[in-house]
Amino acid sequence: MPEQELLVQKKREHESRDESTVPARIFVPTADIYETPDALNVILEMPGVEKTNVDIEVKDGVLRVDGRIDLSKYRGLQPLYVEYNIGHYARTFQLSNKIDQDKIAAEMKDGVLSLLLPKAEEAKPRTIRVN
Amino acid sequence: MITAFTDPFDALLSLQRALEARTTSDWLRDHSASQGPFPPINVFQQGDDILAIVELPGIDKDDLQIQAKENTIRISGRKTMKYPDGSVHRRERMFGDFDRTLSIPIQLDPDGIKAEYRDGVLALVLPRAERDKPRNIHIS
Repeated sequence: MPEQELLVQKKREHESRDESTVPARIFVPTADIYETPDALNVILEMPGVEKTNVDIEVKDGVLRVDGRIDLSKYRGLQPLYVEYNIGHYARTFQLSNKIDQDKIAAEMKDGVLSLLLPKAEEAKPRTIRVN
Repeated sequence: MITAFTDPFDALLSLQRALEARTTSDWLRDHSASQGPFPPINVFQQGDDILAIVELPGIDKDDLQIQAKENTIRISGRKTMKYPDGSVHRRERMFGDFDRTLSIPIQLDPDGIKAEYRDGVLALVLPRAERDKPRNIHIS
């Protein structure tokens, strides 16, 4: 893919099946997902989220990622001109592979979360030899 | 004005509403290269000074340039792709070059401008020039 001029991606609001008790809006982080024979690589953009404010959970074949922004940084600021809204982030993915939960690796850098979800042994592709 | 921060949930909601109310602000209308170019910018007032907050996740600091001249700030750079190996399931993130200039409709002190890039957010502190600050007028 050639390098291109960047466009603004409008933030998508998170729609949950369960209604949230928190009235504030939650946004969906943009994501890239890659699959290798051994693992799933999930990359999520959550600008403004510190690594200590990220929760990652795999349960019943669903990956859920939550990221909370630090509101205190906005204390005492008066908005003059606004192009984007801010809020916490949440996104869930239905995983098609069995994941080895103990070996999930996560790295947060410059607002980008990289998750490496190693596939469980039985989920790895096997080469079948034809006799 | 965002002042009351009693309940954290309320705080976020009122902040979101305050931001929403300002999305149609024409404060920069004639001074920014139209609304919408990348990267998205929010401008706040902090006391006498101006604070511009820019969402730029996943940028290498070395790929980010900020230039200031009088009351004009230019933010340019490149977001490079780092594709991991493997087959693609989803590709929503965007990569490429960006170049955006914004002019602030107040006099700035170009030497006092500070930039901080943290957690994918660029914060520019734009101090108001001393000569532009309001003065108390003594009534005789």
